[in-house]
Amino acid sequence: MPGAAVAPARVQARGWGWRHAGRRAFAVQELDLVIEPGERVLLLGASGAGKSTLLAGLAGILSGQDSGEAAGALTVDGVPTHEARHRSGLLLQDPESQLVMARAGDDVAFGPENYAVPPDEIWRRVDDSLATVGFSYGRDRLTQALSGGEKQRLALAGLLAIRPGLLLLDEPTANLDPDGASLVRSAVQRALAETGATLIVVEHRVEAWLPMVSRVLVLAAGGGVLADGPPGVVFRGHAAMLARAGVWTPGVRPVRLPGTTPVGPAAITARAAAYRYRGGEELALQPTDLMVHQGEAVAVAGANGSGKSTLATVLAGLAEPSAGTVVGADDPRPLAARRARSLARLVGTVFQDPEHQFLTRTVREELAFAPRRLDWPAGRIEDRVDDLLDRLRLSKLAGANPFTLSGGEKRRLSVASALSAAPPVLVLDEPTFGQDATTWRELLGLLAAIREEGTGLFIVSHDRDFVAVLADRTLTMTAGSLASPLGVSG
Amino acid sequence: MSILLTSGVVPTRAGHLNPCAKITAIVLLGVPLLLSIDLVSSTILLAAELVALPLLGLGPRLLGRYAWPMLVGLGGIVVANLVAGGSIGSLGVVTVRLIALALPGLLLVLTTDPVHLADALVQVWHAPARLAYGALAAFRLIPLLAGEWQSLRRARRARGLDAGRNPVVAVRLAAGTLFALLVVAIRRGIRLAAAMDSRGFGVRRDRSHARPSRFSRVDWAFVAGTAVLAAVAVTVSVGTGHWHFLFA
Repeated sequence: MPGAAVAPARVQARGWGWRHAGRRAFAVQELDLVIEPGERVLLLGASGAGKSTLLAGLAGILSGQDSGEAAGALTVDGVPTHEARHRSGLLLQDPESQLVMARAGDDVAFGPENYAVPPDEIWRRVDDSLATVGFSYGRDRLTQALSGGEKQRLALAGLLAIRPGLLLLDEPTANLDPDGASLVRSAVQRALAETGATLIVVEHRVEAWLPMVSRVLVLAAGGGVLADGPPGVVFRGHAAMLARAGVWTPGVRPVRLPGTTPVGPAAITARAAAYRYRGGEELALQPTDLMVHQGEAVAVAGANGSGKSTLATVLAGLAEPSAGTVVGADDPRPLAARRARSLARLVGTVFQDPEHQFLTRTVREELAFAPRRLDWPAGRIEDRVDDLLDRLRLSKLAGANPFTLSGGEKRRLSVASALSAAPPVLVLDEPTFGQDATTWRELLGLLAAIREEGTGLFIVSHDRDFVAVLADRTLTMTAGSLASPLGVSG
Repeated sequence: MSILLTSGVVPTRAGHLNPCAKITAIVLLGVPLLLSIDLVSSTILLAAELVALPLLGLGPRLLGRYAWPMLVGLGGIVVANLVAGGSIGSLGVVTVRLIALALPGLLLVLTTDPVHLADALVQVWHAPARLAYGALAAFRLIPLLAGEWQSLRRARRARGLDAGRNPVVAVRLAAGTLFALLVVAIRRGIRLAAAMDSRGFGVRRDRSHARPSRFSRVDWAFVAGTAVLAAVAVTVSVGTGHWHFLFA
């Protein structure tokens, strides 16, 4: 029988707060709440309101003097959470850092081993948990060969094997493509149906989770609870406040923002450009012809691993095509053969992970970096940096270290720094990955504005809404080949 | 997955030996090889190894495929010794000893699943689970570093930063990228540690074991055979007057 029922857990916070070591302010403060056994709660709040801290606290992994300071009480079934770790299971965002073992079965067995479950019982639980999440491979499947969605499902199975009465999900689908995200949601749904466990889930994109939750809790940025109740009541009564907090209000569709100025000349042209990874047998990118014009937004959609990021790196001159060429309008040499300075005059690139991009110690230096490399006069750099700081609401953070910014601020800075040398083309790889609604809208506004100014945009994204709102042309990538089934849209 | 290969451990008879037995064998064979610089004991041990390895499933073809970096390194040592004025005779001894030392290590590396190694260290030798499985989990993150390194390099090129043909700039650029890689790796490691903690890692001392790792009769026989071999090599060498104690 797959997935035995468990006793659902009761959660209580009384004046609870937590201050991370080395921080002055409390991440969570003066929190009072009760979650009854078997309730399914969607936890919302602005970025920085302490949602992740609360989940980590409930998972019992915040204890220890060196990690921070607690206030009040946080209990699961009346027991302090750090003594009740076996009652909860925490699923985090990054699929790469949740799996411990090389083989799927061994990974699921890891939790029960830690709780000294007898070996026969462990393997029974492993098989049950894998069946519950719908894992379609055997115990010996190598975890490194799994897609992001499959990894998250496996990680969920690893939690279920501990038989937790409380499931804590911290943006479990934020890093996944739509197919991967729906895999994870259906696995969670089955797990809840079979175990009856209490659920607390944090997600920005609430709509898909609504059928699963019975209660919405909104944390206030300064501490305490802002709103609490059934989903319908909370979303109707607090729509404006939730929008400010970066929550996607269900049912609201953003308005299309097509380009209004005529499309300019081609800035980058790919002719039969193909790419093969070293040692790879198949072409990751089949021979592709493509032009990116100034003043247009071209979007490429497609599943993870379809080759869209490869196309972006080849078009941005960051990887040399194995066959064919990619050239810019400003220089007859292929992009991959150009020096970095010359390339930076033509194209800026925004990477999937903003942290990969940061080169300096302050936000201001980060923005001045590329213009300085291109020998702009000091006065012009100054003006450009001030303008960008202002437009991306980063002025107050000009002296901050890029690594200390919030997720949304990091994303804004990474876009601003790619734009800083005013290149005619901007290539963006999953710019809305894991972003809340506020950052999402800001990115949209910014990209629409620079397109009006004549910048060509090449956007790789599986964010259907973002693409639908912004793109003048949408192409779809399948197994390394481009197709535009709908022809030229917009 | 073997320690070296991510594509899957080479299926061999030695794969069924307990990793702790293989480590014991390395020590048993290594002691005489490190203590004496004579041709007799090292030749006996090397000859026995060359007979034993194919029996354990590590035939000449597999050895040739994975031992070549070792042979290249060995060639380097021989050339360096010749340049430094070593005699051909002493070089022969050095070469035989090095190969005899390296082969058992190669057996361990090529035929051992890292998961089984951690299991054995914890269950047979009672190594701390926190250390063994923590290292194992960290080890799994290493292949990700290659991809991160590439992203970091590309991000630098995209911002107008490359070295061209200037070696000084190239070194500075590589050092900066390496530092960034370290930051990325540490942050990922912290997330992994949190995920392991939330699954109860380190909660109880009496952890159970889903994969039992036992020292079987075959393992005992393997270790005993290795001990006998080492004893024979030393006895013959001493008896024939060739034993040359390194520190004498």
